[in-house]
Amino acid sequence: MLEAIQSALSFLPDGLVTLLIILLKIFALLLPLLGAVAYLTLAERKVIGYIQIRIGPNRVGPRGLLQPIADAVKLLFKETILPTNANLFLFILGPILTIGPAMAAWAVVPFDDGLVIADIDASLLYILAMTSLGVYGIIIAGWASNSKYAFLGALRSAAQIVSYEIAMGFALVGVLLAAGSLNLGEIVTAQQGSVVQWFMWPLLPLFLIYFISGLAETNRAPFDVAEGESEIVAGFHVEYSAMTFSVFFLAEYANIILISLLTSAMFLGGWLSPFEGILPESMLTGGALGLLLGSGIHWLLLKTAFFMFLFLWIRATYPRYRYDQIMRLGWKVFIPITIVWLLVVAAMVVGNVGPWFD
Amino acid sequence: MEQTIFYIFSTVLVLSAGAVITVRNPVFAALFLVLAFFTSAAIWILLEAEFLALTLVLVYVGAVMVLFLFVVMMLDINLTVLREGFARYLPVGLLVAIIMVAQLAYIVGPARFGLDKFPAPEPHGADYSNTREIGLVLYTEYLFAFELAAVILVVAIVAAIALTLRKRVKTNFMKPEEQVLVKSKDRVRLVKMAAEKRDDQQAPND
Amino acid sequence: MTTPSSFEMPNLLPAVPEIFVLAATCVILLADLFISKDKKVITYLMSLATLIGAAVLTVTLHTGETVITFSGSFVSDPMGDVLKVFVYLVTAVVFVYSRSYLIARNLFKGEFFILGLFGVLGMMVLISAHNMLTLYLGLELLSLSMYAMVALQRDSINATEAAMKYFVLGALASGMLLYGMSLIYGITGSLDLAEINAAIKSLDDSKMMVAGLGMVLVIVGMAFKLGAVPFHMWLPDVYHGAPTAITLYIGTAPKIAAFAMVMRLLVEGLGDMHVQWQEILIIMAVLSMAVGNIIAIAQTNMKRMLAYSTISHVGFLLLGILAGTSEGYSSAMFYAITYALMGAGGFGMILLLSRAGFEADRLEDFKGLNERSPWFALMMLILMFSMAGVPPTVGFYAKLAVLQSVVGVGLTWLAVLGVIFSIIGAFYYLRVIKLMYFDKPVDTTPLQGSADMRIILSANALGILYLGLMPGSLLALCVAAIG
Repeated sequence: MLEAIQSALSFLPDGLVTLLIILLKIFALLLPLLGAVAYLTLAERKVIGYIQIRIGPNRVGPRGLLQPIADAVKLLFKETILPTNANLFLFILGPILTIGPAMAAWAVVPFDDGLVIADIDASLLYILAMTSLGVYGIIIAGWASNSKYAFLGALRSAAQIVSYEIAMGFALVGVLLAAGSLNLGEIVTAQQGSVVQWFMWPLLPLFLIYFISGLAETNRAPFDVAEGESEIVAGFHVEYSAMTFSVFFLAEYANIILISLLTSAMFLGGWLSPFEGILPESMLTGGALGLLLGSGIHWLLLKTAFFMFLFLWIRATYPRYRYDQIMRLGWKVFIPITIVWLLVVAAMVVGNVGPWFD
Repeated sequence: MEQTIFYIFSTVLVLSAGAVITVRNPVFAALFLVLAFFTSAAIWILLEAEFLALTLVLVYVGAVMVLFLFVVMMLDINLTVLREGFARYLPVGLLVAIIMVAQLAYIVGPARFGLDKFPAPEPHGADYSNTREIGLVLYTEYLFAFELAAVILVVAIVAAIALTLRKRVKTNFMKPEEQVLVKSKDRVRLVKMAAEKRDDQQAPND
Repeated sequence: MTTPSSFEMPNLLPAVPEIFVLAATCVILLADLFISKDKKVITYLMSLATLIGAAVLTVTLHTGETVITFSGSFVSDPMGDVLKVFVYLVTAVVFVYSRSYLIARNLFKGEFFILGLFGVLGMMVLISAHNMLTLYLGLELLSLSMYAMVALQRDSINATEAAMKYFVLGALASGMLLYGMSLIYGITGSLDLAEINAAIKSLDDSKMMVAGLGMVLVIVGMAFKLGAVPFHMWLPDVYHGAPTAITLYIGTAPKIAAFAMVMRLLVEGLGDMHVQWQEILIIMAVLSMAVGNIIAIAQTNMKRMLAYSTISHVGFLLLGILAGTSEGYSSAMFYAITYALMGAGGFGMILLLSRAGFEADRLEDFKGLNERSPWFALMMLILMFSMAGVPPTVGFYAKLAVLQSVVGVGLTWLAVLGVIFSIIGAFYYLRVIKLMYFDKPVDTTPLQGSADMRIILSANALGILYLGLMPGSLLALCVAAIG
């Protein structure tokens, strides 16, 4: 398909064609992503509703399916309130700096073998670097709002994100050790073979810690003290309204999807089929059945959807952590466990422990 | 193309580095420093040093500057006090700066470090991995320095804890592991007793 | 697992003392967590044991040959071994002197000893550096430990201010040093000191200028760390503001390491640029001797006075190095070692006179010491004589050796200046002696200080006297070490 576009655009200079194609790829990724974000909000309200024995939104459209669109339209037409005495430049910059890295991180995410915008060598590091930038939006927003609640929320959230980033980084080092590569695509292919080969088995503690740190990184329940409604109203974005607010929302949900996708790519074999090595080879390759059971993007999306559901499930189930307990968990529990497990993984790699590293 | 990108980034880098020391608001200064780090990371990427560039973003932008910004935001910095000596020391400072810049421009200028003085490094093949190469020399040739850097970090941790950790006497700590183990009968005592009658005739809800 | 083809497993044997100190310090760091507050003496004893163990290892592994390992970043040679043994010795003495002072000020904590040992590790690395990177890292390890130690007394405004000054200026100096190193690396293409020396020989004049600027910046950085004029401003404030036990630490053993740093960088790395750096060192040496000795006269605080005296001693140390001959280097080495011993004794006396809630750091606190304790007045007399350079103490021989080496390269005027300034300097040392012997005591409380401290302090002062009478063995050791 790319070649067809390329030839259709051949009247333009070469550099421009490359640029256009890159832009097209970005659109092809971001539009479905934003759609997914919109429907994740609906899914959240529905899932939590059912868990709490309610129905959830069901008025707009059939079974409430148009609810996200109604929300979006509402937010678009609301007034963006700019607080007096707030630093306007930073006030606007805050949401932009939140959404920018949240979207930029997707550039290196592979959806299938070779299906990635930028197949760079150190993509794992790139993701870590980009997600670590998101905290600026939060700090700047909290500070620029000139409001105590927003400031407190920003401090809480920034401290939390920075703390859990360490555990998360260590978990990623484990993945890097196991796969021997920083490239996400190669990490997925390193898990080829069968379900047993998936990194969630040799890296089980890191897998759990990565996912839980992901909850904390995205400021989700039970680590959502940063917006703790009962204490500081809504945290860093309390002064934001309309589009500026929805930008924060978009970034948060895009990050949730990213974490879910990365967890499935790094620990659950990404697009690899769970039937590999169990069903005979012929069933996985040929025909419609092969398309369904063989490796492919649908497996990645399915696994991602499972983790997204886990996010919602956890939110509906667990009470909120207290702030000092969050810090304690991050620094005194997760970081030591990850460090110890790194040694274990290194020993397994050096000792060629099967079935993963032989 | 590459040169244009380089000049764009380096202009931003130089301007933001200048802004770090000239802007009035310390928060802006810290943010400009972030911008400076970010653009220098971009320049490193142009040099095919993507591992270092990403690490710079991850460590300096993503962690160090966040904490820095944290402190700057929470401090109540009195700018007038900070700027008191500024005008007085400006001539001397400028003189020193000009001498330094002139000297450096003369010595580190194109006459000695120009592009024609050094052969351009050979471009690496597509399978060249910056990360792998750094890893290989870091753990072999520079092993001693690498270990020393680790020791320095340990000293930094020891120093930071020794200088800041204070036993607060009045804080009540809760132990979650004990909290979890609490049973209702540890906290609530159910007492069976006969009903009593109040002596006075006041309404019960006063 | 692939490794670069040129790589071979490093020979760990020469670095065993470093590895031992690192491992032992980590053990102490962990063990200290489980030692209750009133049993910190265990940490103290473990630290002393570490130093003794390191000394035993260094002596037993001493071969008299130069071995380079870790891909050229580490060197073990006779000079390094001798300096290291003296670093252990001086640090152990420092720990012994500090004990009761620290207990009285609630500073007798594991951190003091752990940071002290990490500092020793930094000094060892600095002494054994054969590569600019290692040298820099060793220096930073040492400096970082010292910044933290100065700030250890958190509730003292003076100590905090001193730590801040030390840290900011030290960071600036590190920046200078790094900048100079990067220029030298840029023009020679190597971090290895021996390779730099070889590369500089073949530089043309135009490229030599880059190396020259690099050398100047490196010297500025080192002068900051040494405390040579005009980069000495931090030194009196830090010596004065820090708790005396920590002044004792930073004022003694690190000087030995600083000597090694100058030797490695200037002599081994930039030996071919001797003509250029000699001029700079001459200016710094003359200024240091002048400023140190003259301003010290105006001081009423003992710690400040000793700080300025340190500056003047640094000037003398530089005299030996700038001579550029092996006699010069060995006399500078002799000077560094004996200065560290004298400094330990001098600050040790302040510690002996201090007690809980009282710092004996003013000159008048020494008034009438003879009436309070004739023995320790005598010890202080020896120490002051030695610092002033009065025969038959070792200070005299140290100065003599340095001046001889300067005369040996035809810089007689410099030697004359050195003599003049040391005569000026003798004034303030003798004033302390006058206060001790001819003034009435202001404070008549009997001296405190544990028996071990009294014994070691006496041994320290008598040792200086002994070395003054028989300087031959130590001098011979230094000459042999420089080779």
